[in-house]
Amino acid sequence: MNVLKIATAGSVDDGKSTLIGRILYDTKSLTTDKLEAIETRSKANGFDYLDFSLATDGLVAEREQGITIDVAHIYFSTAKKSYIIADTPGHVEYTRNMVTGASTSQASMILVDARNGVIEQTYRHFFINNLLRIKDIVVAVNKMDLVDFSEEKFNAIKAEFEKMVANSDYKDQNITFIPVSALKGDNVVSESENTPWYSGRTILEHLESLDAKDVFEKGQARFPVQTVIRPKTEEYHDYRGYAGKLYGGSLSVGDDVTVLPSTTKSKVKSIHFFDKEFKKAKKGSSISITLENDVNVSRGDMLVKTGEEPKITKELTATICWMDKDPLQASSKYFIKHGVNDVQAKIISLSTIMKPDFSGEIENPTQLTLNEIGDVNLKLSKPLFVDSYKNNKSNGAFILINPKTNTTSGVGFIK
Amino acid sequence: MSLDTIKVGALESEAIHIFREVVSQFEKPVLLFSGGKDSITLVRLAQKAFYPAKIPFPLMHIDTGHNFPETIEFRDRLAKELGVELIVRNVQDNIDSGKVKEETGRYASRNMLQTETLLDAIEEFGFDACIGGARRDEEKARAKERIFSVRDDFGQWDEKNQRPELFDMLNGKIDLGQNVRVFPISNWTELDVWSYIEAEEIEIPSIYFAHKRKIFVRDGMIWSAEDDVVYRDEEEVVEERMVRFRTVGDMSCTAAVLSDAITIDKVVAEIRESTISERGARIDDKRSEAAMEKRKQQGYF
Repeated sequence: MNVLKIATAGSVDDGKSTLIGRILYDTKSLTTDKLEAIETRSKANGFDYLDFSLATDGLVAEREQGITIDVAHIYFSTAKKSYIIADTPGHVEYTRNMVTGASTSQASMILVDARNGVIEQTYRHFFINNLLRIKDIVVAVNKMDLVDFSEEKFNAIKAEFEKMVANSDYKDQNITFIPVSALKGDNVVSESENTPWYSGRTILEHLESLDAKDVFEKGQARFPVQTVIRPKTEEYHDYRGYAGKLYGGSLSVGDDVTVLPSTTKSKVKSIHFFDKEFKKAKKGSSISITLENDVNVSRGDMLVKTGEEPKITKELTATICWMDKDPLQASSKYFIKHGVNDVQAKIISLSTIMKPDFSGEIENPTQLTLNEIGDVNLKLSKPLFVDSYKNNKSNGAFILINPKTNTTSGVGFIK
Repeated sequence: MSLDTIKVGALESEAIHIFREVVSQFEKPVLLFSGGKDSITLVRLAQKAFYPAKIPFPLMHIDTGHNFPETIEFRDRLAKELGVELIVRNVQDNIDSGKVKEETGRYASRNMLQTETLLDAIEEFGFDACIGGARRDEEKARAKERIFSVRDDFGQWDEKNQRPELFDMLNGKIDLGQNVRVFPISNWTELDVWSYIEAEEIEIPSIYFAHKRKIFVRDGMIWSAEDDVVYRDEEEVVEERMVRFRTVGDMSCTAAVLSDAITIDKVVAEIRESTISERGARIDDKRSEAAMEKRKQQGYF
């Protein structure tokens, strides 16, 4: 079964949770007991309609404030596909959650309030989806019922959004505009009678049409070794299986491979998944590999096809999204986790930072604070084997860990 | 003999990746095993992650003393077959020593008492990573849970201060005294688990299949009357019906459903058609709307 992960984003009152609740309701994904709970709470809150946002707002604090404050994962399926929605909040201060939700998603849904049009938050959301190279974006122009389902209004918002897209360097991105009312259900799952001027798909029809494959992993084969399997039993006396997940491309028995960082050359001897052997493995597979000659491979090393080596470097330039209360400053030190590899990193300099309203960049900032995004130069204690994020999503991203608190402080996208 | 091409499914591949990160990033992991379908699925995934080596960590069961006998028998047999160490810690011991007080009356359950025993065991063995079968689709508070979830000395979950998890990079760095709860099947749904059990032909305890059982009905839920574990009023009538269990927790908080599904394909078909959520049969969640969140903050799994 195909799994499609979708990140949602919107401002506080865009009706994002309501939209998701509506999708769940109209696809009959809400179970009787959950529906009853929603009915009870809607009534207790004095609403004469069902408050579908209650289907997704999980934490007590959220129910009290009536807003979403963290990434929540929502699951539903149709006959065609399984869906995972990462519901990420749209407040200015929660950019980090939006980036987090989008990092594991193949598609994204941006909500725009039909009354307000494109606002600062919309710029922010689009920028993040663009930075993370999200292939499919659905722009749900919501609350159409409050603007009398006006075609002019919808077209004006679309034109405004497209002006923003014109500056993008990511030309493969698909952007689809849909006029909806999440509260009333127009164009969410079933077609609306209120928008005769709109002949496109409903939100669900559109999602059903998307390819659930991860389009970013068309890059070259990268196999970071997580652990070495040595059973040391009679039957598997000399077995040394290199266990990991294959990112990008494929690997076959007999392929010439290079082990990084040692640059030792070898050949793939066998490919294992559980108790079976295979001639070839495709991207995304957690497998074990054995090599022809007795080479020294350990956790953090990477196997690549000979001739397809990534860049081996002790210096990185990356766009960083900061997620920590302690700001990032020049000369501060962090741990970098790049795939399964850990090294130390020192911030050399900050070159640019996004303006708070995302209208452009400021040069030579002194620091990156929580939820800020900027370009940073780093020096590493040991070389990493990297691709640019544009070329290979999984080998082009890293996280920074604060050595004092152990918290994940930021995420970097290698230039 | 080599087969042609392998493309591991996204959910299975993710879970195996998580298991391999756990043994690489932690010194003393343990798999929390309840004998339920989710932890049985975890065991299969762990087998796959390290094959042909044995699973490189022990299984641990926090036994409330109110478990279904079928589950206990199954647990012991599985651990023996795998050649993996099985640690059992009993809630009864804490009750006997007066460390915790047992609930009494109509809705009494030992479910809450498991937390204390679990925290004691984590300290006793010095476990730094506890792998569990919780899934995000089970319950609203669990939908916000991370794959690596950091807990302090008291097992507390600080839901407002969780580490962001980006791509599949898992940050397992912790301070002394902290430990991490790990959830490899976070992104699986109930149906995913059942479909996997069916496809992999994984053996599960017999109580998951329809069987004849003495039961009584209370608050619209079906309770087992075979053992003395569940408190029953005299006017609550016992009858014999065909039932199966959809989750296998403590007997005092796990209700049955009427069912004719005696084979795995019939169980999967029933789950597909069901309009009641899995935890709808768990009385412990019905105590209040925020029941799970509160328990989790206190160190519950």
